[in-house]
Amino acid sequence: MSVHSNPTTPQFKDNAHKAMGDPQLQQAMGKLRAGFTALRQMAISRLPEFESLRDSARDIKNHTLAHLDLYIEAYEKKVTESGGHVHFARTAGEARQIIVDICKTRGAKTVTKGKSMISEEIALNEALEAAGVAPIETDLGEYIIQLRGEIPSHIIGPAVHLTKEQVEGDFRRVHTHLPVDRDLHEPTQLLTEARGILREKFLASDIGITGANFLIAETGTSIIVTNEGNGDLTQILPKCHIVIASLEKITPTLEDAAQLLRVLARSATGQEMSVYTTLSTGPRRPDDVDGPEEYHVVLLDNGRSSMIGTQFQDMLRCIRCGACMNHCPVYHAVGGHAYGWVYPGPMGAVLTPSLIGVEKGGQLPNASTFCGRCESVCPMRIPLPGMMRHWREREFERHLEPSPVRYGLGVWAFFAKRPWLYGAATRIAARAMAYYARKTGRFAALPLASGWTDWRDFPAPEGETFQAKWKRERTAK
Amino acid sequence: MSEARDEILGLLRRSLHVSGAEAPRRAAVQSRLAGAPRGVIPARGQLDRAGRVALFTQMAQAAFASVAVAPGPADVPAEAARWLRDNNLPASLRMGADLRLKAMPWAGTALEIATGRSDGRDLNAISHAFAGVAESGTLFLTSGPENPTTLNFLPDNHIVVVSAADIEGDYESVFERLRTSFGKGLMPRTVNMITGPSRSADIAQTMLLGAHGPRKLHIVIVDAA
Repeated sequence: MSVHSNPTTPQFKDNAHKAMGDPQLQQAMGKLRAGFTALRQMAISRLPEFESLRDSARDIKNHTLAHLDLYIEAYEKKVTESGGHVHFARTAGEARQIIVDICKTRGAKTVTKGKSMISEEIALNEALEAAGVAPIETDLGEYIIQLRGEIPSHIIGPAVHLTKEQVEGDFRRVHTHLPVDRDLHEPTQLLTEARGILREKFLASDIGITGANFLIAETGTSIIVTNEGNGDLTQILPKCHIVIASLEKITPTLEDAAQLLRVLARSATGQEMSVYTTLSTGPRRPDDVDGPEEYHVVLLDNGRSSMIGTQFQDMLRCIRCGACMNHCPVYHAVGGHAYGWVYPGPMGAVLTPSLIGVEKGGQLPNASTFCGRCESVCPMRIPLPGMMRHWREREFERHLEPSPVRYGLGVWAFFAKRPWLYGAATRIAARAMAYYARKTGRFAALPLASGWTDWRDFPAPEGETFQAKWKRERTAK
Repeated sequence: MSEARDEILGLLRRSLHVSGAEAPRRAAVQSRLAGAPRGVIPARGQLDRAGRVALFTQMAQAAFASVAVAPGPADVPAEAARWLRDNNLPASLRMGADLRLKAMPWAGTALEIATGRSDGRDLNAISHAFAGVAESGTLFLTSGPENPTTLNFLPDNHIVVVSAADIEGDYESVFERLRTSFGKGLMPRTVNMITGPSRSADIAQTMLLGAHGPRKLHIVIVDAA
């Protein structure tokens, strides 16, 4: 069973541990740290309206979520009027079934696919394969991870965790019909090879499946944003185009989409605009000479309608730009696969427990230093650290954390609720620790703290508690 | 699956504590859909025509497109032929049934012209854009027999003609043009917003041009003053 349907999220600690000892991953992640953040910063410095666009984008999504039932009805009506079909799916299973049925009815043998996180969320490829339909990922990053049988490690760069040597190895392993002695040393040679192979797949495909960045209620239009053009070849060549998207992609008007587009590419890759923003409405028209004859939209809920009205509603504003993970020290250190399911980084830490349950996903909200960078760069101003705290509270309420943690928190709470006792205890501890470590100023081992001291020394207090020092300095003023 | 539809809408309404029939909510939605209010529009594109053409050129070049200006429609074929020659590309070009392109003096060049949709075997294609946007150097192309969408993606090299008069400052102004041309709430099957040639950074985070779509994008601005 793949990670899609069997998340390794509960083993986050082990995953993270392995990731930090993986030299190839660490090499790739080092590159990411420098790349995306600098490009985003440059793009934003060129646009003085960026902060007001963030407010505008947030307000549009808040308005839409507050009226989502009505916008969904309006959207559905426009899609139908333009000759398309909207299919509602309550669960991942229903969405898979709808798509498999469309493929089977049309006798589809191969399906080309544009990049879609929803397709990953519902494990669509496994379902297609089980039904005898060959799914072919066409986004270069998705193609590479499909060859490797992996999940994406980043929501916009699925293969950011790989070096070019690893990609070369995969191409040599799979593209066995090509000369063994061909030169694949340069990234451009790898790109050219993939372009050639996938071009044939595009032309032979029976059905094209894409995701959607936005679904426009005003016009019944689905919008995809790509740089490669694969999403376009996926949808214009086969006879049937299926869009798979979740409820919160609904956006009222084209003008509203323009506000969101202005923050999306800048936050994601630091581009002013992605290369291809494609607006698709219904099937081909009577006088069209190309385009699909059928247009279907599968609208997926999968738990989202229940997030509305809760403290996790704001998460539904997410436009999947990836800025939160690009700026996250935990993501930088462990990469996306450690998170164990399809959504990594801070947005994954909030969304994953909502989608797969806090029992399986509860470790992720703890994978945070609460440095707050994710919230500060989120174009939709989603309070990610705040929501991770809500998950920690729920985890505690439901007794899901390991018993030493619960016991330790209980002991701490006993003192914290009695300030005089807390003051006295910390005073004694600080003095004692300072005394024992008076020569080195640090501890190589401490009881109950091996999780820290196994990896690095623990700095010893100087003999005074923070509270005492604070009081003394305040009185001195 | 109307059962799923009703259940999803029901769940949403329960979460929102509404019935769906509330008049103020329906009015808010209706007025937004009808009025399509504009949000924040960057000042950078709010220029006169010459300024918009200059900014469009600069932004398109920053996105790795090449840009040339033709004084009139009659000068486009010579510019297309020059660009193909300078890039050592074959003297062939595929186009749709766009009347503006058809009216151009192609016979004055040595170019071999093919018409209709692409089946993937063409190296070069030319299309006429619906509009351009100065803000980001973005082209708008609409589907139809005039400019088939396959020409935007299958050929290796894409030449796009845009009239200077159709270059707007922002996306919103082009959406308004689409409503004027196609009707409010109606759209052509495909509208492609294109900003530079195809690219990918999926291998070792190195940005490379020519992923799946055109490797080269050449824009010819027809600036008949």
